Amino acid sequence: MIELVLSSLCTGCGECVSVCPTHVFDTGADGIPVIARQEDCQTCFMCELYCQADALYVGPDHDRAVPVDAGDILSSGLLGQYRRDSGWHEWAAYPEFSSQFWRMSQIMNGGRETAAARKAKPRSS
Amino acid sequence: MLNVETDVLIIGGGMAAGWAAIAAARNGADVVLVDKGYVGTSGVTATGGPGHWWVPPDPKTRQEAVERRMATAFGLADPDWMARIIATTWDNLPTLAPYYDFPKTDDGKTHYQGLRGPEYMRALRRQALDAGVRIFDQHPALELLLHEDGAVAGAQGVQRRTGAPWRARAGGVIMATGGCAFRSGLLGSHTNTGDGYLMAAEAGAELSGMEFCSAYSVSPIWCSTRTAIFTYARYFDAAGHELDIASFAGAGDFVGDMAKALQAGPVYCLLNEVPDDVRRQFPQVQPATPVPFSRKGVDLYKDKFEVTLFAEGTIRGTGGLRVTGAECQTTVPGLFAAGDAATRELIAGATSGGGSPNSAWALSSGLWSGAGAAALARRAGRRVNEKVRPSGGIALRPSGAAKTVDTRGLAKAVQDETLPFDKLLFRTGNGSAASLARLDSLWRESRAHQQAAGLGAVQARETAAMLATARWTHAATLARPESRGMHRRTDAPESIPTHARRLRIGGLDEIWTAPEIPARAEVFA
Repeated sequence: MIELVLSSLCTGCGECVSVCPTHVFDTGADGIPVIARQEDCQTCFMCELYCQADALYVGPDHDRAVPVDAGDILSSGLLGQYRRDSGWHEWAAYPEFSSQFWRMSQIMNGGRETAAARKAKPRSS
Repeated sequence: MLNVETDVLIIGGGMAAGWAAIAAARNGADVVLVDKGYVGTSGVTATGGPGHWWVPPDPKTRQEAVERRMATAFGLADPDWMARIIATTWDNLPTLAPYYDFPKTDDGKTHYQGLRGPEYMRALRRQALDAGVRIFDQHPALELLLHEDGAVAGAQGVQRRTGAPWRARAGGVIMATGGCAFRSGLLGSHTNTGDGYLMAAEAGAELSGMEFCSAYSVSPIWCSTRTAIFTYARYFDAAGHELDIASFAGAGDFVGDMAKALQAGPVYCLLNEVPDDVRRQFPQVQPATPVPFSRKGVDLYKDKFEVTLFAEGTIRGTGGLRVTGAECQTTVPGLFAAGDAATRELIAGATSGGGSPNSAWALSSGLWSGAGAAALARRAGRRVNEKVRPSGGIALRPSGAAKTVDTRGLAKAVQDETLPFDKLLFRTGNGSAASLARLDSLWRESRAHQQAAGLGAVQARETAAMLATARWTHAATLARPESRGMHRRTDAPESIPTHARRLRIGGLDEIWTAPEIPARAEVFA
């Protein structure tokens, strides 16, 4: 669930207010978005993907608010992970973050084979 | 937008809506698209990574692909529709290339069939805008407008950011609002409350296949994620004993095994057998999936974590608005259906419409309905000088004295009849009859007294749509006294050959069901 709009990083571009599919944000009086309807957040992380300032933090629990300390999050290295790994915006210039989505079927097949091999083996426990 | 006139109006903002908008514009129509959320982040494609049914244009290969799928459709699919979506998908997906960076695989081939969700939806949005489509985000539709002859004339709703009303008149309307997962928490599905089913049914539309709605996907109990990496999963009970659960990528009964294990107690997942190369590649394959794990402090590949099944309802199920023609017309003139808003029985029958056939369906039904609505608008015009009437009932125009209704409490009551495994997955006639009786009573109360306006009306109508969907689901369960595909009645575990027909369903205050008479029989009757 969305937990933080980090006003020290936010540029007030309003993108998160526009793109949130569940209408969680309102624009605050100072132009900084406010979390107006936290309970409607579906923990999809889309706002973080669209936030070029990496000023948003969505917590991992989909069905409950778990307040976090802004200072801890700022120094955690967790901000912007999804946007970077997606190769969006400035990260498009870095080949190591380009999409390898075409490997999906390799992953599915690998998992299927691993599961089948496990079944064929006598159980160790 | 407060008041707009156009040739084609599209309601919804996911993959089917995007393709429908592009097709309608390609066919020369003036196009308006309204979405409850934002075209790019709304719906289950945006958070997913749709693979498409991808079969090269070799007649024998395509024939075999159709036959393989027919074998798992339990007699309810149509090989001609399958062949159509295979061809349409193959011919059209590559046309997104100016907007989507289709990657090269290790052997240098362009990979078309699988797309990452956020980039896919961004590409559809950009292509639609370049084609002249007017997109209105954060514009939930509340109800359809009807002509005096019963044809759909447009829609009206609320601008979510201001609370002001909007109204659109159009020559053809496409319902592309997605399916309904009863707000189970399934990733990306919060906006998928079955709104289009309700709006269309109020306009007189029929649905089909609403009994096929019991698909589930596995995820950490605290957050629904993508599931590809779970093909490697081992599962354990609370005492640490490894459980014998079929792989969801195999032929076994993964959902049944997992649901039974979860009924017995907590289930834990371990992904320690994921190989090193996959671990290195994974953040660039599915960048969203590792994010909640790192934030939860769970090492994705070392730690055991508790899992559950998230209900997918009609999203990965197959039920939806009944389709009566090649352009995905519904049973109401002027109204078309695309994607998960439409039944996918034609291509999936009684099994899951999920995965690549479903994506191919969303693309194809979007393109066909877009072209069909554009042709209708060209033929019949926008009819904007004719008088129209709004068709919405529940939560908008109570039949009795208006009272306050606790929308969240109502939503919870609907979930109580749809989310427990013994209500929907392991269903029985008696159980569904009892659920239906409780849901009918909630419907009567809400229909008689609930009246909401502004933003409150959006929530109230979403809840009403979930309620209507739940009632059709249980009514369809009662009308199919057998088991077939994902519809499994523990009190009737066998398939009955005479029930190898699709089941039509409709009605709001009074629900009716009827078996579909095959088209061939109609011709020769």
